[in-house]
Amino acid sequence: MSLTNDYIKQRLVEKFGEELTSFEEPFGLLSFTAPAALNLKVMQFLYDDEELQFRFLTDLTAVHYPNQVGAELAVVYHLYNFREKVRLRLKIFVPVAAPKVFTATKLFESANWMERESYDFYGVEFVGHPNLKRILNVDEMTYFPMRKEFPLEDQTRVDKDDEMFGR
Amino acid sequence: MLEQPHISLPQGSIEKQTTTLNLGPTHPATHGVFQNILEMDGERLVNAESTVGYIHRAFEKIAERRPYYQITPLTDRLNYCSAPINNMGWHLTVEKLLGVQTPKRVDYLRVIIMELARITDHLICNGVVGVDTGAFTGFLYLMQFRELAYEIYEEVCGSRLTTNIGRIGGFERNFTPAAFQKTEKFLAGFPKALKEFETLMTRNRIFVERTTGVGPISAERAMNYGFTGPNLRAAGVDYDVRVAHPYSSYEDFEFSIPVGSTGDCYDRYLVRNAEMWQSLSIIRQAMDKLKSLPDDVYHADVPAYYLPEKQDVYTKMEALIYHFKIIMGESDILPGELYNAVEGANGELGFYLISDGGRSPYRLHFRRPCFIYYQAYPELVKGAMLSDAIICLSSLNLIAGELDA
Repeated sequence: MSLTNDYIKQRLVEKFGEELTSFEEPFGLLSFTAPAALNLKVMQFLYDDEELQFRFLTDLTAVHYPNQVGAELAVVYHLYNFREKVRLRLKIFVPVAAPKVFTATKLFESANWMERESYDFYGVEFVGHPNLKRILNVDEMTYFPMRKEFPLEDQTRVDKDDEMFGR
Repeated sequence: MLEQPHISLPQGSIEKQTTTLNLGPTHPATHGVFQNILEMDGERLVNAESTVGYIHRAFEKIAERRPYYQITPLTDRLNYCSAPINNMGWHLTVEKLLGVQTPKRVDYLRVIIMELARITDHLICNGVVGVDTGAFTGFLYLMQFRELAYEIYEEVCGSRLTTNIGRIGGFERNFTPAAFQKTEKFLAGFPKALKEFETLMTRNRIFVERTTGVGPISAERAMNYGFTGPNLRAAGVDYDVRVAHPYSSYEDFEFSIPVGSTGDCYDRYLVRNAEMWQSLSIIRQAMDKLKSLPDDVYHADVPAYYLPEKQDVYTKMEALIYHFKIIMGESDILPGELYNAVEGANGELGFYLISDGGRSPYRLHFRRPCFIYYQAYPELVKGAMLSDAIICLSSLNLIAGELDA
């Protein structure tokens, strides 16, 4: 029996009921939202279940929605089932004031650096991460550059001569 | 020696039980700008801590400011050894968002360019594994063919390394007869060179002993670490995005996926080698298929996203309007959210694109295979000698541009 989006949704709703919301299928990829407290439970269920077998973390990233007050930062997990070749997207929304999300490193080793990258750029704090420090930016940086309020260029730089750069 | 404050020396090193060696960002053997701080007990490695980010160019932030067709040059610079694959991956993602169907000829031309890029990336990786064991000759012989591939890219798009090849909906110009002649020359000359390279390396006693058993990884650990591409296939899992989720008419081609067993450096070398032969076969099949298609089709008929011909812009009204809308960023990009993946030379190169209907993406994230599987490096080299650690590093095919983006 091949794994369809409807079946996955049915199994998830059976297990977690009303907690999971916003089931959508943009471009054929089942996507849903879970509360921040449940992210590990949902992923563990998807991992362990013999029929679902989502045992590969394809991608872990974050998105900033400044207009959604109280749920500005989204952590997006893309899971994959090798046998049935099915992808799944899980989103967790956290407020920017307290952006704590449980780390997925115990379940997937690949989450380690991907969570560090999300911390580095968005400031999402992964509770329980073995080494949560910046990965691509300098350690001395005090802000989170991919958030929408930060401009593309660093306004505090004094070494760039605007005349030479055609401004 | 100045201690870097953000890197804490391991306890063993402070107690002088182990030595700390900095395989620094600028080192000829690391083939890229990334740092490894090795903790060594004599000649053997105890631990390795990787630092990346030396070539971080903020592509994801820049992409939020640029219209869709201006993001292609950013994707070039991800895996710069096989830039066309990144470009095509991006175009395929945008085409999926917009619902653009490309004609078969465009698909086959894209397949030729992507497989050529895959061959060039693998030949660098295999050549470089040879160089790190001390065998420089094979690398130089194969680089001659990378030069020929550069000439083919030049015929199509004008550039050699960071190609910005193709457009949303197809290619910017039709392939000239010279491009096809050069491809035929490549197909004629490369098998001989690859055979010579194999004779030098594959059953060479020294090479086999240097690479067998170095950096092995089991399939379960590889999947847990997020491996994809040749590294995962060398560990025994036959996952290839071209077969699992075919794109650009790959389902029309017949090719096999080479799979290894132990996941060590020798298996990775063999998998990449076999993939080069498979890619050659795919290019040959594509060239044959092209003969039966009309040869003036090189882009999809989507005037809303593909720039019209210049003479039409100056004479016809609709073409002028479309040109204006595309350049000024007034085209109707639909809002949507999608994740699209292609089989890059290193693994699954994914594009997570969120569009809010504006001229630039709301969020663009590159799922970079190198970044994800580099995390496994400390586990791969624990207990190995320093020279084995270097070979393991080069056989993983880490491209710094893709590591950092």
